[in-house]
Amino acid sequence: MTARSGVVGPRREDDPGAAHGAHGAESGVNTALLGMLLFIGSEAMFFAALFGAYFNSRAQFQHWPPPIHPGETEFHLDLVLPVIVTAILVISSLTMQWAVWRIRAGDRTGMNRALIVTLLLGVVFLFLQVYDYAQLLGEGLRINRDIFGTLFYTLTGFHGAHVFGGVVGIAVILSRGLAGQFSARHHVAVEAVSIYWHFVDVIWILLFLTIYILQ
Amino acid sequence: MATTVLSPRAGVYQRSRIYEWLTTTDHKKIGIMYVTAAFLFFLLGGVLALFIRAELAAPGTQFVEAQSYNQLFTMHGTTMIFLFVMPMLTGFGNYIVPLQIGAADMAFPRINALSFWMVPLAGLLLFSGYIVMDVARAGWTSYAPLSIVEQGPGQDLWIVSLILLGTSSILGAINFIATIFKMRAPGLTLMRMPIFVWTVLVTSFLLLFALPSFTAATAMLYIDRNYGGGFFNPAMGGNPILWQHIFWFFGHPEVYILILPAMGVVSEVLPVFSRKPLFGYRAFVIATALIGFYGFGVWAHHMFTTGAVFLPFFAFFTFLISVPTGVKMFNWIFTMWRGRIRLTTPMLFAIGFIANFLIGGLDGAFAAVVPFDYAIHDTYWVVAHMHYVLVGGSLFGIFAALYYWFPKMFGARLNEGLGKLHFVLLFVGTNLTFFPQHLLGLDGMIRRINDYAPDNGWTELNFLSSVGAFTIGISILPLLWNLFITFRGPRDAGADPWDANTLEWAAASPPPPYNFEVVPEVRSERPLFDLKYGHLLPAHQVRKSGASRVLTQGLGAHGGDRGVATGGVIPAAPGTTHDEFRLDSPEEKFGKPVEGHEDEHGRPRGITPEAPEKAAPIDPSARADHEK
Ligand code: HEM
Ligand SMILES: [Cu+2]
Repeated sequence: MTARSGVVGPRREDDPGAAHGAHGAESGVNTALLGMLLFIGSEAMFFAALFGAYFNSRAQFQHWPPPIHPGETEFHLDLVLPVIVTAILVISSLTMQWAVWRIRAGDRTGMNRALIVTLLLGVVFLFLQVYDYAQLLGEGLRINRDIFGTLFYTLTGFHGAHVFGGVVGIAVILSRGLAGQFSARHHVAVEAVSIYWHFVDVIWILLFLTIYILQ
Repeated sequence: MATTVLSPRAGVYQRSRIYEWLTTTDHKKIGIMYVTAAFLFFLLGGVLALFIRAELAAPGTQFVEAQSYNQLFTMHGTTMIFLFVMPMLTGFGNYIVPLQIGAADMAFPRINALSFWMVPLAGLLLFSGYIVMDVARAGWTSYAPLSIVEQGPGQDLWIVSLILLGTSSILGAINFIATIFKMRAPGLTLMRMPIFVWTVLVTSFLLLFALPSFTAATAMLYIDRNYGGGFFNPAMGGNPILWQHIFWFFGHPEVYILILPAMGVVSEVLPVFSRKPLFGYRAFVIATALIGFYGFGVWAHHMFTTGAVFLPFFAFFTFLISVPTGVKMFNWIFTMWRGRIRLTTPMLFAIGFIANFLIGGLDGAFAAVVPFDYAIHDTYWVVAHMHYVLVGGSLFGIFAALYYWFPKMFGARLNEGLGKLHFVLLFVGTNLTFFPQHLLGLDGMIRRINDYAPDNGWTELNFLSSVGAFTIGISILPLLWNLFITFRGPRDAGADPWDANTLEWAAASPPPPYNFEVVPEVRSERPLFDLKYGHLLPAHQVRKSGASRVLTQGLGAHGGDRGVATGGVIPAAPGTTHDEFRLDSPEEKFGKPVEGHEDEHGRPRGITPEAPEKAAPIDPSARADHEK
């Protein structure tokens, strides 16, 4: 993320608060990073509402996915692809963290390499999600099929949109990284994007557990 | 072509001025744009309300059919809550918070500009329903399944508009929290922050955690309406009550979002015009935080009659939340108690707030009694309650803020005579409009109906209510005239026209783009008060801070009116003489010093806000009359 202070003085990569000299910074958190953490807090509440909708609907039925249309065979979700994409996202979180550690150590090339891997993993996740959707649509799981279809596509869809946002963010810091804009001291954007990426990962794990495992 | 006939400089200047406003990231300009936009939406929403009251003034159809009536109350409610009160309070927050904490701007100025520009855009989207001839009509609460059954683009415009407004508010909340946590002046600890800053902080947390669920709910509604989703559709296994749960999980914190900053304004105004510190500062802060906290646990008191909620829990928490609200009433009343009251216009609005909010709060407490709520739910009782707190509370707080901070924002005080006329008309109008609605509600008149039978016995009370509504409408005229003549008049209010306590009054009026040249060091929750009168305290209490040095130089030098920001000059307020503060014991005037007079740096501490009875003036003969 590139949220920076434009208050006083030139654009700075780290600590816009520093532009204010003596102004009281209570905690050590960088202002831009604090902004990102707060943003993630609000995102968490957004997903909490979606999960709330899921559990509220789930609680109304004995069988899940619910047999809405009489005579219909029960719908079964396949586990193979979800497990693969979960693994991909978890690994991408690790490579993201690797990027952060590299730049903290001042290793720009290492960071760029880790970012490229992360970016690729993110893109692969998105492609697999699209593939998964195509499969499921073929099997008759549509958004307007029943409450389960609606929940499935809404929850995974909003998550996918966040992965997409994260991929864009990674692409931005990668291009800046390739331009050599980060250093061991100045790389708050990398930290911010990494927090966001981990958050997206955690949401996926919760989604995976809710939709595929708990049923 | 380089011709010089058409004075190119003038042209460039004019364009650049508009360009400057369109592209500004200055929190003061953005604040003014917020306030202006919100005020325009207030007028618009007010006109819609007058249509509603005109229709209800007598039985039978006067002006509008049922369908248009539904559109009217939907657009009225949505406009007043999301396009008036919220942006208005955000606007004052934008202008005042950085000044009160001694910062140069908000933490993320460009995001701040983005947040603002989303508001007029969302307003245009919402009202474009009137252009495409299909307007949202499911109420500001947009309950499913009504909001799904009603076809047409109006409801979708409503959804998109509210998602935009929600995003704007979330970004704004992040900005406020980061600003307040990271950019305070040296010495301005959390427990020395002005109450207004506290209320904005708690409001921002409410926005941050409550609004996203509303965004999620509206997104679900959109999916149900446009992609055949089944969230709220029982035929597909969905649940209409789910909408109510998510909506009110947001909706109740939302009502505190609408009132807390107004409470903050009142808590700024009362001490200044009572010449006393706020009674129980610490209790007030805790009460504010508790309200924010409990606010997330009471949503289902809007859903008692659904039969789908656990009544004892939500009724209990709703009573619990009334306690900190009651604490604040005592804070305010004891702040004025034996104070040296100056009945200026902002003060009148603050007192009006207290009176109205008392009634509105009691209405709410009644509605929290489950059996009582079964009787009055969805009747005019609820309409009376919400308007006593929103018009009698939020709106009065907003006007208190307008009259109080106007000199800071524009360098001129609004006319007091017209201001008082405005207050009287609004106060009478508010009570005339909304008090009869209690009786109508008790008598069973349900809300959101466009007509009633002549033999219901509701005619007189409804007529009275409509007369009150038009009185409110008329009360805006002296305000508009007041704004008109004040903008044309001289800008000579000076930095500190009210003899106030907080830092915004240490900057010039209006402040320069960077706000402060010297950022004073803060020793108490009334830094400007210390700055001006600290030297009258006994030696062991004098604050040896940069601030008091600035002050001493300033007052000694020329006592001008340009404020710290432009040369370190703090004016003595009109009618304030040093004699006024010649007291037997300064402690009796200023309150008792904190135990162990030194802080951790060995410097003297500020004044405790407690012990207000001691802070009362004890030498009335030395009293200077601040009234004209
Ligand atoms: C003293 C604390 C308060 C209590 C105990 C309280 C309680 C309630 C209850 C129980 C209801 C639901 C009534 C019903 O629909 O049957 C209600 C509705 C409402 N309250 Fe409050 N309230 C309080 C303060 C406030 C404040 C400060 C505001 C706003 C500034 C507010 C705004 C509203 C609104 C707008 C509604 C109606 C929502 C709707 O259905 O359209 N309340 N209140
Ligand atoms: Cu409520």
